[in-house]
Amino acid sequence: MTTPSSAPSTLAALVHCACHEQGGGGPFDPLRLRKDFPILTLTVHKDKTLAYLDNAATTQKPASVVCVLCEYYQACNANVHRSLHYLAEQATLRFEEARRKVQRFIGAPSERSVIFTRGTTEGINLVAQAWGRRNLKPNDEVVLTGMEHHSNLVPWQLVAKETGAKLKFVPVLDDGALDLDAYGRLLKGRVRLAAFTHISNVLGTVNPVKQMTAMAHAAGALVLVDAAQSVPNRPVNVADIDCDFLAFSGHKMLGPTGIGVLYGRLEILERMEPFLAGGEMINRVTLEESTWADLPQKFEAGTPHVSGAIGLGVAVDYLQRVGMETIRAYDEHLARSMIARLDAIPGVRVFGRAPERGGAVSFEVEGVHPHDLAQFCDKDGIAIRAGHLCAQPLMQRFGVPAVSRASVYFYNVEEELDRLVQSILKAKAFFHGA
Amino acid sequence: MELDELYQDILLDHFKHPRNYGPLPEPEVLVDELNPTCGDHIRLTARLENGRVADVRFDGQGCAISLASASMMSELMRGLTPDEARARAADFVAFMRGEKDLDPDTLGDLAALAGVRQFPLRIKCATMSWHALEKALGKLGG
Repeated sequence: MTTPSSAPSTLAALVHCACHEQGGGGPFDPLRLRKDFPILTLTVHKDKTLAYLDNAATTQKPASVVCVLCEYYQACNANVHRSLHYLAEQATLRFEEARRKVQRFIGAPSERSVIFTRGTTEGINLVAQAWGRRNLKPNDEVVLTGMEHHSNLVPWQLVAKETGAKLKFVPVLDDGALDLDAYGRLLKGRVRLAAFTHISNVLGTVNPVKQMTAMAHAAGALVLVDAAQSVPNRPVNVADIDCDFLAFSGHKMLGPTGIGVLYGRLEILERMEPFLAGGEMINRVTLEESTWADLPQKFEAGTPHVSGAIGLGVAVDYLQRVGMETIRAYDEHLARSMIARLDAIPGVRVFGRAPERGGAVSFEVEGVHPHDLAQFCDKDGIAIRAGHLCAQPLMQRFGVPAVSRASVYFYNVEEELDRLVQSILKAKAFFHGA
Repeated sequence: MELDELYQDILLDHFKHPRNYGPLPEPEVLVDELNPTCGDHIRLTARLENGRVADVRFDGQGCAISLASASMMSELMRGLTPDEARARAADFVAFMRGEKDLDPDTLGDLAALAGVRQFPLRIKCATMSWHALEKALGKLGG
């Protein structure tokens, strides 16, 4: 197991597992890495080998992550930051070690700027409520884009309604890229915040977040980056982007569900009031009033997801052994390979042709509803996503009620894409033929 | 269960040649039903005549199952009193959820949707237009 040197030496004896080396060892080889993911050997619907192409929704977990959860509860479980006993000390050490792993992974200048959340959604809501609701005034403007996931749209709609602030949207061009000229014009208004996704979960578009951040800062606005799709996919460095907030989810990057991260610029976090209130986040409490704990605890009310954070730390270890630049290049290669295959099928339309892209590819098949297509794929053991993908405004932009999406990760292989094509052809023949 | 049991010929026929497709020019009632999990949308228009359903028409976007189900529903409703239509809808929804068995002989084309019950994620596709019908009957107050 991957445990800090300070962890009890009995842990290894409790859980017999040789998964701590996973992800490393020799040049990049997806077939070798697949062996670290027991679920990828499953057969579904009796005899179909699982082809998991729904990675933009959630990724699978290597055995090292699954094992550390089990090991934590069997050998380390305690509440953190409070009790003065052996287990509590070990749990706290490992929880904070996970925070430092994340800090180094995203290039955050201080571990105090790394807040554990339940996921991207909670991170964005934290900023919307704790920063937005207090700082936005009537007619202030928040610039979003037309390709946001509902989780980077609806929280701002709520805050805009309460504060009287206005939401403005950067249009999406036909190729799936953002209209940066329009963005520049929008920034001339009373903009207090620009909030945009790094990689679209629908179109796969990689937005130029560093440039967009510099433009927003020059206009006097803060910047929040939704990095749910990008932190799993490529090197992401918050100091390099220079954003003020960046949110992502553990479960889309090999980690457990229910854990995520909000990075915030220290001086801004320090000025912000808490989001959730309760235990852990206080300093001194009387019946009348309270003072707040230091960062990051000020934003971590209640018992945190200790095992989740530790699992996320192990996921980060795994990703770093594979190499984030390697993952980026392979995901892009596989996504382009899929697009080439889809383009070769008459009646298939791919959404999202921006020059730089991640692993998600959305498409429609003429005459076959995405749900019916997903049903055909599922029958062949292929997991894809169908629906509005939590981006209804983007569906409206492209004039479709729903799309199908296949999204790859570093453990996917070309053969799975061939199988996807076969299922698409089968569905097409079925619905067009009869 | 195989896919041709899910997508039976009768179902495909209703999907490809939906009956009563397109809105009534002067409906007594119009209902928009959205399926928020998938983005599907059905618009249903209806009118009564002499206390009975004279017309139910629909249009919108949906998968084969939701459109076929809407098409079958639109055929079955004609001539029923609102109470009969409501009972029919309640029976069908309960049937799809596996809460009630219906005599196969009374199902007609709806029998082709029985296979959908084996696919829990698709049941709401089959019931969407029936919920729209229930809303329409409620609006008609009949």
